Amino acid sequence: MDDSLIARARRRQAYWLVLPVVVVLAAIAGWPLLRTIWFSLTNAQLSDMGNSQFVGLTNYIGEAGVLRDGEWWHSVSNTLIFAVISVILETLLGLGVALLLNTPSRIQALLRAAVLVPWAIPTVVSAKMWSWMLNDQFGVINALLQNLHIISTPLAFTADPHLSFPTIIMVDVWKTTPFMALLILAALQLVPEDCYEAAHMDGVPRWRIFRYITLPLIMPGILVAMIFRTLDALRVFDLIYVMTSNSHVTKSMSVYVREQLIDFQQVGYGSASATLLFLIIAISTLIYMAGTRSRMEAN
Amino acid sequence: MKKNIWGVIGFYAASIVVLIYALFPFYYAIISSLKNGSALFSTSLWPAHPSLANYIAIFKEQSFGANLTNSIFVAGGVVAFSLGLSMLAAYALGRVSFRGRGTLMLCILAVSMFPQVALLSGLFELIRTLGLYDSLWALMLADLIFTLPFTVWVLVTFMRDLPKEIEEAAVMDGVGIFTLIFRIFLPLLWPALVATGLLAFIAAWNEFLFALTFTLSNDERTVPVAIALISGGSSFELPWGLLMAASVIVTVPLIALVLIFQRHIVSGLTAGAVKG
Repeated sequence: MDDSLIARARRRQAYWLVLPVVVVLAAIAGWPLLRTIWFSLTNAQLSDMGNSQFVGLTNYIGEAGVLRDGEWWHSVSNTLIFAVISVILETLLGLGVALLLNTPSRIQALLRAAVLVPWAIPTVVSAKMWSWMLNDQFGVINALLQNLHIISTPLAFTADPHLSFPTIIMVDVWKTTPFMALLILAALQLVPEDCYEAAHMDGVPRWRIFRYITLPLIMPGILVAMIFRTLDALRVFDLIYVMTSNSHVTKSMSVYVREQLIDFQQVGYGSASATLLFLIIAISTLIYMAGTRSRMEAN
Repeated sequence: MKKNIWGVIGFYAASIVVLIYALFPFYYAIISSLKNGSALFSTSLWPAHPSLANYIAIFKEQSFGANLTNSIFVAGGVVAFSLGLSMLAAYALGRVSFRGRGTLMLCILAVSMFPQVALLSGLFELIRTLGLYDSLWALMLADLIFTLPFTVWVLVTFMRDLPKEIEEAAVMDGVGIFTLIFRIFLPLLWPALVATGLLAFIAAWNEFLFALTFTLSNDERTVPVAIALISGGSSFELPWGLLMAASVIVTVPLIALVLIFQRHIVSGLTAGAVKG
């Protein structure tokens, strides 16, 4: 573009048009984030946030600091395990569902509509729905498993410490697989038809076509979807809070932070754990951005 | 493509499994919401005496009507505000090349990845200072944190794909910038606006953490919080019938909207995720 008067005027205009969004985001995201980091260096209490003293890194590495709290590390490992297992399951199932959705058939439209249903259901609602279905006394799942003679006594899915974590993962997989399936389906539909035709002419078996043609072509799409889901899973709150609110066993980082901040009113300490959570996700995001950039340059 | 019989059987078997897996929980929620009294505790898949008593009860015994109005107000307001602001920004970011554009886009994307919990104490202070604690305005403000980056990002993607000629012709005619954005581009972008608006609406409708933290009284709650906190006559007996009725009411409009706008939603999701 030439640097004419019009072009310069247009650029000036552009700054003014972007300004409202920048101001709003700075006010409601940038400023609160800085305040959270600041609070993490003080001994602020929720009831009296203005009246607090600077305590340096005490909330982090002090005698009772976050980094010395076993409960915190337990929630960190919970969150990481949750993120890794649920994202892997969602990707595999999502890939399977995407392949089904991509197959032309009479029920294609029905399938596609049905798959959207779990995704459209609010997390809180799906947590309650599954809690009811998994209820140890009156739940339909226990009744079904007993009728099939798979179990002899009802299981307390959300209360039993061995079962509550897998149960949470299972419900998350149910809710989020459609999102994965849709993103992978979008990638599948971009694979050019003639790739398949050439392979068919040569009589290549179907699974080999999938393994050596389809999969490499949709891999970038799958990776992006996985990264988005991972960043989401690291923030998990609703599902765990609603299904197993007070359980130590399933506590995630977000649940831990909110408990410290609101229930225990420890704004300083809670902000320190919030800052650590922010750092963990920021580092993951940076790794992801570096990864996509190097991949873009490689192409 | 040549198909063998086993392939076809396998396909339909897998499809039926997926259909049941995807639909059964919601079906069972509807069935449960129509059951009453002791029937609720039988696991039959069909209500023997279906009744709407649970639906009537949540409006009479709980403040569910107010909760629904709150959710509509908050989610609607958030969508209107997000779309309005991001139309302006998306024009500038998508069609004008200026210094710092790339960095700005990255910053906006980064905000959408903020963990909400990390903003909680700072936001809490801000909301209290503004005197908005326990008010719906607090939720509207807070929800913009995740809707605004999303709508900007998706609208930029769509804005970029509009033909250049339209803009040039408009500039020739001496049209002002707001006319260009709202009278010329907006009608061309309506599928994108529907998709982003709907996705932002769903996100705000479902938001739980902020709504749980920034509101206190029953009448200021949005539906997800109301559902999470519904209580029964005693602390031992959860009112599952009421809960399922509330769940169905909250979910049916979303499912209807999602099914009606299927195509747009898929394109909006992929624009927001894959291209981003």
